[in-house]
Amino acid sequence: MEPVQTRSIHVSQSPLYRALGDRLFVGAILVLCLLVIGIVLVMGWQLGSAGSEALAAFGFWGFLSGSTWDPVQNIYGAWPFILGTLLTSLGALALAFFPALAVAIFAVEYAPRWLGSALSYALELLASLPSVIYGLWGLFVLVPAVRAVQESVYFWAADYAPFLLPLLGNPIGIGMTSAVLVLAVMIIPFAATLAKDSIALVPAAQREAAYGLGATKWEVIRLAILPYARGGILAGVILALTRALGETMAVVMVIGNSNKLPFTLFGPATTIPSAVINEFGEAQGLQLSSLLALGFILFLISGALNLLAAWIVKRMSVEGRL
Amino acid sequence: MNEQRPLTVPPKLEAARAGGLEADLKPRMEAQGLTVYYGKKVGVGNVSMPIYANRVTALIGPSGCGKTTFLRALNRMHDLTPVARVEGKALLDGQDIYAPGVDPVDVRRRIGMVFQKPNPFPTLTIYDNVIAGLKLLGVRRKNVLDEAVERSLQQAALWDEVKDRLRAPGMSLSGGQQQRLCIARALAVQPEVLLMDEPTSALDPISTQSIEDLMSELKKHVTVVIVTHNMQQAARVSDFTGYFLTGELVEFGPTSQVFTMPKDPRTEAYITGRFG
Ligand SMILES: Nc1ncnc2c1ncn2[C@@H]1O[C@H](COP(=O)(O)OP(=O)(O)OP(=O)(O)O)[C@@H](O)[C@H]1O
Ligand SMILES: [Mg+2]
Repeated sequence: MEPVQTRSIHVSQSPLYRALGDRLFVGAILVLCLLVIGIVLVMGWQLGSAGSEALAAFGFWGFLSGSTWDPVQNIYGAWPFILGTLLTSLGALALAFFPALAVAIFAVEYAPRWLGSALSYALELLASLPSVIYGLWGLFVLVPAVRAVQESVYFWAADYAPFLLPLLGNPIGIGMTSAVLVLAVMIIPFAATLAKDSIALVPAAQREAAYGLGATKWEVIRLAILPYARGGILAGVILALTRALGETMAVVMVIGNSNKLPFTLFGPATTIPSAVINEFGEAQGLQLSSLLALGFILFLISGALNLLAAWIVKRMSVEGRL
Repeated sequence: MNEQRPLTVPPKLEAARAGGLEADLKPRMEAQGLTVYYGKKVGVGNVSMPIYANRVTALIGPSGCGKTTFLRALNRMHDLTPVARVEGKALLDGQDIYAPGVDPVDVRRRIGMVFQKPNPFPTLTIYDNVIAGLKLLGVRRKNVLDEAVERSLQQAALWDEVKDRLRAPGMSLSGGQQQRLCIARALAVQPEVLLMDEPTSALDPISTQSIEDLMSELKKHVTVVIVTHNMQQAARVSDFTGYFLTGELVEFGPTSQVFTMPKDPRTEAYITGRFG
């Protein structure tokens, strides 16, 4: 029996197949990996060099901290755009975090199975809607509602807390508040889906460990589920943040596109992507270079956040510690 | 298959067999016609048996015969499995834990559980793992917690090995130590009954030995029910043994009797290694 078996193994795997098969596969994968990494590096380098004219003209820090963006005088500073991008993104994240986590916990732990999967589909659908749709909804549904609320807050402040008025800005609906709200609505499905997936991956043994100690459902979530899933949840949050940073259409449509500092809570503002989309058509020379330099800065911020996400996953995830 | 064959009896068991039932024996729990369905399928059917206080009860039987299913019915773990449904009664100190109005959370606080695979909370330290259940009960006083940690780890025979690194992550322990940590965690809330599902099946012989050694100490404080595939283990550690076969309790009695003079020929076949 034995020799026959040995031979049949040799027949199905010729030495050539063995030697080549593995190497071809590894080689192909390696080439594709290097290609992807190469594209990223080339893109960053090209953005940087295309923006280098502006960075040279104003200095790197001068460009970063300059608060004037004036094509007439040909002076360009990135600070209003950086500030607007960070404020809207972080604001959206702050608003979206707990609702997203709540939706994820509900979908996995509380909802009956049919409702859980219905929620999953809904979240995936919402996450894949084109952002111009969110922009339309923001412009025609959200902005009027926001304006109504802003007006009553504004008039209340005018009567009772006039020192707040400069902080609030004009209650025109279009502006920072609406942009933050639209962004928050956009990233909730994104963050919730990622959180839901990492909660669903918590092993039954962990849940049972907590139940076995006499934990209530909510205690099981706190003791066993959230600690175990925290790495994935945080990584999802950061990926949602990078999505908010780069979001263009929906923000352009509702933010009012004003780079005049200081920004106010209600008033118009701007972001890096909205500056690019508003100006790339007629820009040339130093203005074009400055837009590309803005793009380069956004590239660096997103890259840094992605690295941070990878580091957090490694630090916080339970498997990484074994 | 049913032919009788003389059994060779280990000397220790021979001695135990002579002992018979002790006078101080009283049931802590009692299963009365306990049946667990998975959907329409019966996982374990119509089981009635006592679980005596401060004794170790072993549940043995071939794979898939319903040992785990029965064990989990004893602290309402099946409540967490949507397809599972339990019928019959499980009395704890005379009270049915399935009676309407009984909170499964209270049941599980009084009837602790140790699982087949060690499952410490991976983000918590050794110390925090042990006090996890006490924290749920609202215990916050540091000296109370410190005392509980030392007592539980002593009972789980882990204290000497970890007393100098209580703040290290629970996952930094070896598999056998992790399992003893899980036992300590279950003991910290001072349960009346401790259910153990093959607690040593994932462990090396030395860790297994240290957990077996625990049993005789443990039963001074708690009533222990242990599922095991290891017949020697059942013979070594238990006072009573229940033999399950295809979802049925075939035989229950003092371990010495079940292992040496089984009443049912099927038990005998299993014990003598002709089957299973
Ligand atoms: N969640 C479940 N859904 C459906 N059937 C189940 C489920 N859990 C167990 N069963 C079935 O119930 C029967 C008893 O299973 P159980 O896990 O209690 O066996 P066991 O005696 O513990 O076996 P082992 O020694 O292999 O652990 C088996 O036929 C099994 O297939
Ligand atoms: Mg089992």
